[in-house]
Amino acid sequence: MQKIVVLGALSAVAQQVERQMAQHRMELLLVGRSMQRLQILRQDLLLRGARQVEVFAADLAQLQQHPSVLAYVREKMPEMDTLLLAYGSLLDTEKAQRQEAMVVQQIFNDCISAAALLTSFAEDFEARRRGCIAAITSVAGDRGRASNYVYGAAKGGLAIFLSGLRARLYPCGVRVLTIKPGPIDTPMTAHLPQHARFAQPELVARDIFKALQRRRPDVLYTPFYWAWIMRLIRVMPESWFKRLPEI
Amino acid sequence: MPGGDYLSWGRYPRVRHRQVYRLSWQDQAAPRLAAAAAESLLPTGLQRSYGDSCLNAGRDLLSCRRLDRILAADFEQGWLRCEAGTTLAEILAVTVPHNWFLPVVPGTQQITLGGAIANDIHGKNHHRAGSFGRHVRQFGLCRSDAPALVCSPAQNAELYRATIGGLGLTGIILWAEIELKPIPGPGMDVNTMPFNSLEQFLELNAQQDRDHEYTVAWFDCLAPADARGVLFSGNHSPAPAGRTRGEAKPAERQWKIPFPLPQWWLNAGTIRLLNAAYRLRQRRRPRQAWLPYAPFFFPLDQVVNWNLGYGRAGFLQYQCRIPERLEVCHELLRTIARSGRGSFLAVLKKFGDLASPGLLSFPQPGLTLALDFPMRGQATLELLAALDRIVFRYGGGLYPAKDARMPAEAFQRSFPGWREFLPYLDPKLSSSFWRRVTGA
Ligand SMILES: Cc1cc2nc3c(=O)[nH]c(=O)nc-3n(C[C@H](O)[C@H](O)[C@H](O)COP(=O)(O)OP(=O)(O)OC[C@H]3O[C@@H](n4cnc5c(N)ncnc54)[C@H](O)[C@@H]3O)c2cc1C
Ligand SMILES: NC(=O)c1ccc[n+]([C@@H]2O[C@H](COP(=O)([O-])OP(=O)(O)OC[C@H]3O[C@@H](n4cnc5c(N)ncnc54)[C@H](OP(=O)(O)O)[C@@H]3O)[C@@H](O)[C@H]2O)c1
Repeated sequence: MQKIVVLGALSAVAQQVERQMAQHRMELLLVGRSMQRLQILRQDLLLRGARQVEVFAADLAQLQQHPSVLAYVREKMPEMDTLLLAYGSLLDTEKAQRQEAMVVQQIFNDCISAAALLTSFAEDFEARRRGCIAAITSVAGDRGRASNYVYGAAKGGLAIFLSGLRARLYPCGVRVLTIKPGPIDTPMTAHLPQHARFAQPELVARDIFKALQRRRPDVLYTPFYWAWIMRLIRVMPESWFKRLPEI
Repeated sequence: MPGGDYLSWGRYPRVRHRQVYRLSWQDQAAPRLAAAAAESLLPTGLQRSYGDSCLNAGRDLLSCRRLDRILAADFEQGWLRCEAGTTLAEILAVTVPHNWFLPVVPGTQQITLGGAIANDIHGKNHHRAGSFGRHVRQFGLCRSDAPALVCSPAQNAELYRATIGGLGLTGIILWAEIELKPIPGPGMDVNTMPFNSLEQFLELNAQQDRDHEYTVAWFDCLAPADARGVLFSGNHSPAPAGRTRGEAKPAERQWKIPFPLPQWWLNAGTIRLLNAAYRLRQRRRPRQAWLPYAPFFFPLDQVVNWNLGYGRAGFLQYQCRIPERLEVCHELLRTIARSGRGSFLAVLKKFGDLASPGLLSFPQPGLTLALDFPMRGQATLELLAALDRIVFRYGGGLYPAKDARMPAEAFQRSFPGWREFLPYLDPKLSSSFWRRVTGA
């Protein structure tokens, strides 16, 4: 792993992963929504040791902007060996579940636009027959809960997309990594009451960085105990699961 | 996020907050301040202040911890500009490999740049370098009446002076530019010298201050006769042959206490035992040794959350400055010994006479003494009030960063010029500490 493209580079978790990459003197190409913030981040990562940092501003939910993102990557980092798709959004389920437009927006942003981007990037990886495509989904995508099922549906859809992509790219030596974090203390969850007890982004980022450097696993749960919790949750019959109180 | 239990390092007092907001980017500060009601908000860093100067009971906090980007650095000239939530640990990890160090560091590297400025912190080199504020070239301040000020000795000089040691009440510090200090390498040459009385300490210290940048003493304040302890002194040094890069990374072995320990385990007996064990360990150390910088400066960081050792009730630190006179020290120590409420970790340091630009800066020429007391209700508070009386009889003062109980009078005697500070308060900001010491 030497040349990395990050989509949603301004996310709190992604920033921590990028710092580790910078300390390892890697080259980064960052895509996010705000050019001003990307410039600040660029300088920071260079001072922390990154060999090179390119930045590009785009709203990734706008499909018509995808070609310019791809063109920029192909021009500035033709040798990209790792793609990390980190962007996401968590709309308020209370409101979203009653408004068609919000449901569409949530699923479009976190699943459809991501699947679209991955489809185009997969071509490049397939042609080069190496590298790693990684994307952050969520434990919320494993089962639907009343409190966040719209978000969960988007992340779950993306996870299934990744699973299929993995099978498709496996024969040509390209790795696909699905990252499923539990709740993290970031701006995305700042409005939730239990917030302060969530995992710190540094910890999640360390796990992600380690998983990127190795050849395994295919699916990363982080922090590690979520693998065990979700193993239980996944086997629970739906008739019990629907009665489970929110915690 | 909603309220939650946001505690300071001493875990006393336990108060509730209405909201704890976070800043992730500088551009979020001005709108947050604009939306705040009068006297409702307090910017904070890593909550490493011991008492209530980083708390705002019943009102809101604004954590600046995630404003932690490095903005610019010059490793030729030796300066660094970064956002206010950057920790000293992160700064050192970036500068030490280039052979630059922070001009002043406290006893832990887990504090933010904003916190270092707002308390105008001091370190083991106060006799050489003065306080942190002396090395701050400029900073960005977001006030409710002026969202983008740059303050330096030349520009907005009054706000510059008020904000250094300004307890977070003059505005949100967004970024700061500080001077760095050249070092020969990542390590320290350290001397460890035992002493058996305060008199001996003063003698040794005077001698060590002459040719060492850093000096600090630890002593056992429950010792029956006089203060027995150890004086550490050190200078920066290159890594000895065979050790390639020393350690640039802060991570060595770190320990963690899983939960607040029960209260009974810390009592006069166990504290005596801990002190004796510590003294033995230090005495068995070689007199002269090479150490990486972290264990020399930040020995306590090896147990990430050692404050849980004091149990659910928490603890108080008492840090005062007093004139350099033996009888003052003796009187304080006698009062503590008589109370039987010992302090684990008593720290003694001599301040130098380099003045700080800060209006409410704590250090003054003389001695400073820092003591930890487990919180045992009224008895503990009475003991500290008795210590106050001695400190003020001799014209001393108390350190707000460590305080959870000083009465208004004590603050005003510690900082006789405090009224000069009032015009620079930001009308939207306040803290639990500030309301107490101004009687608001
Ligand atoms: C183990 C240990 C050892 C210590 N040793 C020393 C020592 O040797 N010398 C010494 O001087 N101190 C020492 N301290 C105290 C510590 O250095 C100070 O309390 C420091 O201010 C804590 O910084 P913080 O980032 O945790 O800030 P907090 O404790 O969260 O806040 C401290 C103050 O800074 C203000 N503040 C924080 N960020 C901002 C911002 N962005 N803008 C405006 N105001 C802000 C807050 O309002 C508050 O008034 C020690 C503390 C510990 C736990
Ligand atoms: N936090 C959690 O509890 C948690 C748990 C599991 C999984 N995750 C996932 O982890 C990833 C990182 O999130 P985080 O926790 O780090 O939260 P975050 O800091 O809020 O990051 C989310 C980032 O995604 C960006 N983004 C959203 N939509 C975008 C779009 N259309 N185009 C470009 N950028 C867009 C946001 O940009 P702006 O700054 O411009 O808004 C923001 O930087 C997300 O995929 C999230 O779903 C989070």
